[in-house]
Amino acid sequence: MSPNAFTLGRIVRLSILSLGALLFLAPYIFMISTAGKAQSDIFTSSLNLIPQHWFYAENFAKAWSRVHMPTLLFNGVIVCLMILVIQVVIAIPCAYAMAKLKFRAAKAMMVLVMLGLLVPIHATALPLYVAFDRVGALNSYMALVAPFSISVFGIFLFLQFFRAMPDDLIHAARLDGMSEIGVIARVIVPNAWPAITAFSIFSVVAHWNDLYWPLIVVSDQAYATPPLGLLYFRAAEAGDDYGALMAATLIITSPLVAAFLIAQKRFVEGITMTGLKG
Amino acid sequence: MPDMAATSIGPVPVAAKARRSDAERQEARAGLLLSLPAILLVLLFIILPVAAVILLGFTNFELGYPSFEFVGLDNYVELFGDRTFMKSLWNTAVYAAIVAPMSIFLALGLAMLIEAEGIGRSFFRTAYFLPVASLLVAMATVWQYLFHPTIGPINTMLAMIGINGPNWLGASNTVLYSLSIIGVWQSVGFNLVLFLAGLTAIPRELYSAAEIDGAKSGWDRFRLVTWPMLGPTTLFVTTISVINSVKVFETVKTLTEGGPNKASEVLLYTIYQEGFVYLRVGYASAMTVVFLAILVVLMFIQYRVQDKQVHYS
Repeated sequence: MSPNAFTLGRIVRLSILSLGALLFLAPYIFMISTAGKAQSDIFTSSLNLIPQHWFYAENFAKAWSRVHMPTLLFNGVIVCLMILVIQVVIAIPCAYAMAKLKFRAAKAMMVLVMLGLLVPIHATALPLYVAFDRVGALNSYMALVAPFSISVFGIFLFLQFFRAMPDDLIHAARLDGMSEIGVIARVIVPNAWPAITAFSIFSVVAHWNDLYWPLIVVSDQAYATPPLGLLYFRAAEAGDDYGALMAATLIITSPLVAAFLIAQKRFVEGITMTGLKG
Repeated sequence: MPDMAATSIGPVPVAAKARRSDAERQEARAGLLLSLPAILLVLLFIILPVAAVILLGFTNFELGYPSFEFVGLDNYVELFGDRTFMKSLWNTAVYAAIVAPMSIFLALGLAMLIEAEGIGRSFFRTAYFLPVASLLVAMATVWQYLFHPTIGPINTMLAMIGINGPNWLGASNTVLYSLSIIGVWQSVGFNLVLFLAGLTAIPRELYSAAEIDGAKSGWDRFRLVTWPMLGPTTLFVTTISVINSVKVFETVKTLTEGGPNKASEVLLYTIYQEGFVYLRVGYASAMTVVFLAILVVLMFIQYRVQDKQVHYS
């Protein structure tokens, strides 16, 4: 039985996998197809994948004009980037200290991290909202970013990674006269890129997709993130204009999907790493 | 030589000790300084708010009213007589009971098929993983179109074979199942990637060893090698899947707003409505405490199972 022979088993296997893949990709196929259809087309022939009248331009123009797409995408990028940078800058020194330095608060910090892993934003949202409301900070980038400035998951992931790093590397750097900050910047970070990449993917996917918190603190379209903007668009559209809706959907999903398709290997490695360590 | 011997027994250890404790003190200071920002932020954005939620759960605080008072367990008494909340707990449990097992077993099955198959490995992985990388609010909109009772492709297809398709998201007896389909579609890819990694890590020799020991059928090999070796992965995937399905919110908010007739009212959506729409912060805090308690119980179960699990690696 050569491995390339198409045995019955393989044919069954490939058929199941292909059918499954088709089912999983079907929403994308219909999204792309419907984004190019005129209203009348959508109502009469939903199963024709090729639009009868090429309506892409009209639908995209509509989607682009109803909600300010560049603002949404810009907000999404800015918010995710700010969150990521702050999280990494805060988490790496802390994880390094916990992994490689002896200090009394380390044990307490470990307890805090384990507790923190349990608590999602949904559990802290109420008091945070009240507090942001009191200081008049709703509808701002600050409100969108601040609660995520600390990622205990990030600390946890980096901690696991740093523990596996050889102590000799750090001792050598210290003997060379490096300060602890120097050790982090010149020894730890350059050796931690796999962990940093994995965490970045995790963080960006989570915050690009998050609806709950932006929905709570933002009511001004100027600060809307992509999921929130799409919600506004749906409210404004109020009806069955699926052509325009699909066009808007297509615009908003494509950045992350494109990023995924380009950096697939990293995504998969990242998920595996964050998954297996988390 | 005698000199060195003398110094090594003599005063040097004391000096070294002093130096070491000096170094230790310095190390402790550096450690504290480096982790200080993180400690402060954890206190500010996690510990303090959780304490506040627990406290607020005992008050009648409403946003917009200047004062509030402690009402003891009143909120909790009200909660368990609140039909919307009970309905919401039940719906969340049903949703989790469908989505978690489905997405775990589908992912495991697909991962094993992909692992066994030589060709198309990365294509299949991409196809199944794509929903994880897609904006759920956006894809929910696509599903709304697919599920549309009259013009939607699903019902059009069903009509072609003579079946009168249901009003998927619009009828109270199907809405939770329709949302579950979206939930499974969205989460299989994540679990699949983890299972694939787990499967790749199983040493080939174990399979041949099992075969020599008489595990002839594929099922035997699965039962004796694959399943036990995947234990830690399965446990992690299960915990994540259950927790994520308890946290269902995006699709409900986007597509059904808890309707029709509260048939898709789920925990986080109810909390959101009470707390941020009706602004009954005290009452919503009590709900949040219940939500947190559920997460704690789930984590506790995971730790217990993990402790009992045999580790093969």
